[in-house]
Amino acid sequence: MAESKASAERPLSPHLFIYKPMLTMTMSIVHRLTGAALYFGTLLVAWWLIAAASSPKAYAGVGSFMNSWFGRLILFGYTWALMHHMLGGIRHLIWDIGHGFGPHEREWLAMATLVGSISLTIVIWIVGYLFIGGPR
Amino acid sequence: MADMSTPLKHVRGLGPAKSGTGHFWRQRLTAVANVPLIVAFVLIVVALLGRNHAAVVQILGSPFIAVIMLLFIVSITTHMRIGMQVIIEDYVHDEGSKLVLLIANTFFAMAVALASAFAILMLSFKV
Repeated sequence: MAESKASAERPLSPHLFIYKPMLTMTMSIVHRLTGAALYFGTLLVAWWLIAAASSPKAYAGVGSFMNSWFGRLILFGYTWALMHHMLGGIRHLIWDIGHGFGPHEREWLAMATLVGSISLTIVIWIVGYLFIGGPR
Repeated sequence: MADMSTPLKHVRGLGPAKSGTGHFWRQRLTAVANVPLIVAFVLIVVALLGRNHAAVVQILGSPFIAVIMLLFIVSITTHMRIGMQVIIEDYVHDEGSKLVLLIANTFFAMAVALASAFAILMLSFKV
């Protein structure tokens, strides 16, 4: 942003890349990335709903995509992004009411977000596979 | 020129955009709403896995599920629109590109919201 001569000669303020990566900082970046991914992921939700409302053939089209390895990969990523962003959001809400800023607390919250999102994703997929595998 | 604004105006803190902390508050409001709605959405999706089209139409179109899905769609699309606006304002500094992206962001969020809501209503009234 420094366009004028005077500002170009001044020392630049240190930016993200000079810092040693920390867990809280990484979680902050991941929160934004998962948010952006979920933004485009809503297209899947809209596609699924429109197909269900359209015809059995359109719905089967969604089903065959979701059943492909690529579809499964996207769905798995979507599940994790959703869980991570949700737990990260809860962490932000805790901060918003003025708690969890201590050095120990914020590390614990960041760790809980990560472990929680991975655990929830795995649980959802285990339950999902049990449902698909079950008689219906 | 002397400041002619009243103390009330400063207290309201709406600033030049006349919207003040509206986005900040709405982002937190929808975040709070999103938590139970996402839990409900995941449960609905898992419950629908492997079912045939007729059963999916029946369940998604039932009043209780349809209302939850509509609330979910309204809340997440409001939340994602504000979130993406923050990302655009943080990284895009060219005024022209920023304006185009902010408009595209609103169009995208509205299109996703309306298309999804319309599909849910179609499913509801078909049953």
